[in-house]
Amino acid sequence: MRWINRRPGRPLLFVLAALPFVLTLLAYVVGSDIRRTANPNDKLLPALEKVIDRAQALASEPDRRSGEVLLWKDTAASLQRLAIGVTCAATIGVAFGLLIGLFPLARSTLASYVAVLSLIPPLALLPVLFLVFGLGETAKIVLIAVGITPFLIRDLGQRVLEIPLEQLVKAQTLGASSWQIVTRVALPQLAPRLIQAVRLSLGPAWLFLIASEAIAAQAGLGYRIFLVRRYLAMDIIIPYVLWITVLAFLIDWSLRLTSRRAFRWAHVEGESL
Amino acid sequence: MSAVTVRDVFKSYAGAPVLERVNLEVADGDFCAIVGASGCGKSTFLRMLLAQELPTRGRIHIGEARPAREPGPDRGVVFQRYSVFPHLSVRDNLILPVSFRDAPILGRLFGSALRKAEAEATATLERVGLAHVADAWPSQLSGGMQQRLAIAQALVRRPRVLLLDEPFGALDPGTRLSMHDFLLDLWRESGMTIFMVSHDLSEAFKLGTRVVVFDKPRWDPQDPSRYGATITHDFRLGDKKGETSNDQTHEPDRETAAAAIRDADAARPGGNPTAPSS
Repeated sequence: MRWINRRPGRPLLFVLAALPFVLTLLAYVVGSDIRRTANPNDKLLPALEKVIDRAQALASEPDRRSGEVLLWKDTAASLQRLAIGVTCAATIGVAFGLLIGLFPLARSTLASYVAVLSLIPPLALLPVLFLVFGLGETAKIVLIAVGITPFLIRDLGQRVLEIPLEQLVKAQTLGASSWQIVTRVALPQLAPRLIQAVRLSLGPAWLFLIASEAIAAQAGLGYRIFLVRRYLAMDIIIPYVLWITVLAFLIDWSLRLTSRRAFRWAHVEGESL
Repeated sequence: MSAVTVRDVFKSYAGAPVLERVNLEVADGDFCAIVGASGCGKSTFLRMLLAQELPTRGRIHIGEARPAREPGPDRGVVFQRYSVFPHLSVRDNLILPVSFRDAPILGRLFGSALRKAEAEATATLERVGLAHVADAWPSQLSGGMQQRLAIAQALVRRPRVLLLDEPFGALDPGTRLSMHDFLLDLWRESGMTIFMVSHDLSEAFKLGTRVVVFDKPRWDPQDPSRYGATITHDFRLGDKKGETSNDQTHEPDRETAAAAIRDADAARPGGNPTAPSS
């Protein structure tokens, strides 16, 4: 039998899916063991038990100075910035995507402008944003929004353009105005595509969030990681990185679930993402 | 009275003529089938009837109205694909045209207006045999059911003219036959004017009260895109309001049309003159 035709059965499927995770964990444990045999005080790869202990402490014990539990404080600060930034970007993306996709006059005006804007590396603008908006929350939120908005506009504009011309003509023969075509034909079909586009842009959004927190913040997941880096506190950095991964996974999973629940029509034909 | 008047219509793309000197008068209640070789501009002609595209020269009137500049509710349309809205249930697809008319800002109906539209939609669905799938999404329907929904949807605003662009081209032969009966019933009931582009001659002669053939009357072998196509044959098959006419009656007309299309196909670059005719 050819390899391209061999499919795993159910038990093997789980084993195969778990395999890379187990191997990674194993590699860490072995590496940590080797380093700690050479130097019992090694800080780069602390023992697994030590990392777990520290993670529990971070999630449950109040900080001695502020009296707050650091992990939750950092999580709340980061998620708030991420949510506001992504929401702003999505709103702008939908509005301009519809304009560019449906209205030839807007497309002629904006399409190449947005294409040029999207080429500016957002991180290069970070100093400018801190100068203009100060070191508070605004600059971080704006960086996230600036970072992903051009992608969202271009992607959503393209999705609107992909709505078959037949549908738009049919809507006109049913008496729809431009406004009604936007609200009843284009926007509802754009909604599941928006969730898809936001899922794709969350990776960059986290990048911009952590980059801005690394430079100036009083709290935040990225801030904490870059703060304890000075003390080589891998036992804090590792739980934080894993926690960010879990958060990103949960956000992505809930967005996918929302799309499947709210826009069942878009998932009728066995496309799975 | 003429439902549709086409006067001296020319259409060219980037200087290359596609259609030239097209003249046509179609009476109210006619079923006009449009046939021709592929690339002869019959779909272009339908898009101009729809006002999706405008003639380079000439005028197209629906009734006494001035030539339209964009599609509107006086003309309904059904395409081969993508004719219904995938994000709306079958019933909502029929309510949508009413919402467009009665809710200019919100585009949605509420309360008694919504209930009235729902009742009308349900009645229509029963008439076209889709009542049992009223709450399904269009993508869950078969091709024939989707086209029945598309036709029912196109008729909600009671257009003067119904335009069909190869509406049954993607259906299997059995479904196609039942769609013919479905369409003829609707046409006899409503008395509206229908234009149908088809690449199937027997379909055109079966359904049409009139069959027009598009073809290139002049031909430059050195420069095939030099001249456009026009109406070369116009068969009036008479009244079909009663039973479907006997197919044999129009056998000579059908042969003429088939020959015209065969010649056009053979003369096209890459066309094979010895290909067996269908």
